[in-house]
Amino acid sequence: MTPQTEAHAPDLLYSETEEDLRSAVRSLLADRADAPTVIASVESGTPYDQRLWDSLAAGIGAAGLLVPEKLGGQGAGHREAAVVVEELGRSVVPAPFLTSAVVATDVLLALGADDGPAGELLDGLAAGRKVAVLAVPFATAPADGAAALAGTLDRTVTGVADAVAADVLLVPTGEGLYAVETGGDGVTVQPLVALDLTRPLATVTLSGVTGTRLAEPGPAAAAVTRGLLSGAGLLASEQLGLAEWCLTETVRYTRERHQFNRPVGSFQSLKHRMAQLWLQVVSARAAARNAADALAAGSPDAPLAVAVAQAYCSKVAVHAAEECVQLHGGIGMTWEHPAHLYLKRAKADSIAYGSAGRHRDAVAELMELPAP
Amino acid sequence: MSATVDAAEVRRLTRELLAAHPPATTGRTDFLEARFDAGLAWVHYPVGLGGLDAPRSLQPVVDAGLAAAGAPDNDPRRIGIGLGMAAPTILGFGTDEQKQRFLRPLWVGDEVWCQLFSEPGAGSDLAALATRAVRAEDGTGDWVVDGQKVWTSSAHVARWAILIARTDPDVPKHRGISYFICDMTDPGVEVRPLRQITGEAEFNEVFLTGVRIPDNRRLGPVGEGWKVAQTTLMNERVSIGGARIPREGGMIGTVARTWREQPALRTHDLHQRMLTLWVEAEVARLTGERLRQQLVAGQPGPEGSGMKLAFARLNQEISGLEVELLGDEGLLYSDWTMRRPELVDFTGRDAGYRYLRSKGNSIEGGTSEVLLNIVAERVLGLPVEPRNDKDAAWKDLAR
Repeated sequence: MTPQTEAHAPDLLYSETEEDLRSAVRSLLADRADAPTVIASVESGTPYDQRLWDSLAAGIGAAGLLVPEKLGGQGAGHREAAVVVEELGRSVVPAPFLTSAVVATDVLLALGADDGPAGELLDGLAAGRKVAVLAVPFATAPADGAAALAGTLDRTVTGVADAVAADVLLVPTGEGLYAVETGGDGVTVQPLVALDLTRPLATVTLSGVTGTRLAEPGPAAAAVTRGLLSGAGLLASEQLGLAEWCLTETVRYTRERHQFNRPVGSFQSLKHRMAQLWLQVVSARAAARNAADALAAGSPDAPLAVAVAQAYCSKVAVHAAEECVQLHGGIGMTWEHPAHLYLKRAKADSIAYGSAGRHRDAVAELMELPAP
Repeated sequence: MSATVDAAEVRRLTRELLAAHPPATTGRTDFLEARFDAGLAWVHYPVGLGGLDAPRSLQPVVDAGLAAAGAPDNDPRRIGIGLGMAAPTILGFGTDEQKQRFLRPLWVGDEVWCQLFSEPGAGSDLAALATRAVRAEDGTGDWVVDGQKVWTSSAHVARWAILIARTDPDVPKHRGISYFICDMTDPGVEVRPLRQITGEAEFNEVFLTGVRIPDNRRLGPVGEGWKVAQTTLMNERVSIGGARIPREGGMIGTVARTWREQPALRTHDLHQRMLTLWVEAEVARLTGERLRQQLVAGQPGPEGSGMKLAFARLNQEISGLEVELLGDEGLLYSDWTMRRPELVDFTGRDAGYRYLRSKGNSIEGGTSEVLLNIVAERVLGLPVEPRNDKDAAWKDLAR
């Protein structure tokens, strides 16, 4: 008997509904967020395309996927949300889906309050009228969720992802969880220069603000942990989509690019690298699907499934992006070619919601494989 | 595929078989023969040949029903080459007479098969093979075979072999090959153990000297043996993905148990490496599970061609780590006596054996390097290597 055997048989395929959702998101992004558009928007200093977000969040209904229908959402789940994340990763689109529609939404859902301020906020998030983010550093691992509940409402939090797009901050404190409007007095959101151009980070400073208390410390800690677990789990789907784009583009490029009177993709040293990468990508898909399925099912297996997915997929995404740059040769180093956007996103993602090493620690704990 | 056979029908037939041949009072071979005749051997095979013309996905229904009743199985590992390679090839290319003669004893396990493909001069470049088959001069139409094969597992216990041999050296190498069924008891067939890195002789060399094969033991047309062999080789790689593997079901489970039970062996370096491999083994398991689900859903993906690569690498890394983890014990080896096991056993015996045996995982059944080429060309659509052996006659190639 192992310490933790598999709790339920996961469904690792994509359903027809999920494929339909993927098509809708992909065609929207193809129209409105191709690579030149994304590069132009990150250069413009206003990375978020509000119209695109409106179409995605409200038009397709992506923002409310995790929210039950009685609370104004789509009543879907993490499997569907993962497909959206995958497509957003494939296009490295700046959109606060993972941070708001997944992490903040799951924090609020975990509070279990259908009415009151949390319910109202959920309604706004589900409809795409509002964006909320959890005011913790983007690197916070699920295992640190409980520890995030410390200190007071007056504080500075650095490295908060998508805070510049947020209407509401969910702030964990020693007193419980608070909702703070970003437009209110005493709230400063100072953009940082981030490695990943497509997911802005900011320093949030709260000074003498009044927030709305959403939960006591106990339930708040559980909710924050749940939100971070969802974030880490679905981040694997982002890493999958990103890695798949890198592989597809690299294969396409090396088939067309000729050197020494041959397509460079016919050289065995390059073929083997791309074949290895393909194997990693199909493995990442199984890991990411498993995490999404476990989250959707509320399985007791979810913490392990998420830790496995993050410990594996981070490396795959970074490797895919690095191979993409290298196998594109000089053009891979240019600003015009989008490869750099993927490399920057992949590297930042390898830190987000806990590094691979942190997730391996979680595996060690869950599987009773302790350090010396 | 018959529309009338569904899970309920398969369950009914399984109950009927069990009622007519209670496992507790029926001999093993009798039960297996009755199961074959009931069409419950491999349900996707034709009626009369051990099947029901039913979807392959119904086989687990039969297997589960029989396992629950304590029915004997046909020891698929012992007859793996017959089941996985010979049977689908005979089904695809055999005459009615060949199918009737060979499939039943093959499935029941009365007759073990081996595969006479690889040669000392033709490993990854299998189509370069030099074993010759020429028509006998006596006008019988028989073939006379001369050559040497290698890496033949089970040859020392096999009754039959699938064999590819060159029947026309004057055409390009892929076009001059024919495919035969060889009787391993015939005069001129000599099996010699081939001792390996582990000390045991799991494989053999097979020397063929003037072996006569009647023409009715040829599979497919003369000169089209390469096409027939493709079916065999495809099935060799597809055979993965059948059963569900539990978490820690492979080699990593052994390492994890040692880690839990022997705290004194733990070091920080080994901990980090073990956790990385634990995660990779779990992901490989999930990837295999996803492939299995795709097959059941009737959407086979190309993942199968990559799984062997993943398992080979993992087996090698995990078994290497295991030797180090064991420390003093890792310096020892159980037994260097030459033995000739009937079964290929990747995971049995001790850590040293596993480490050494796993080195074969990236060579047997297609080297990892060749599989990477196959993935690159067939899955990713990358351009093929330039080659100079396609249009030249086999006899003019460098050897």
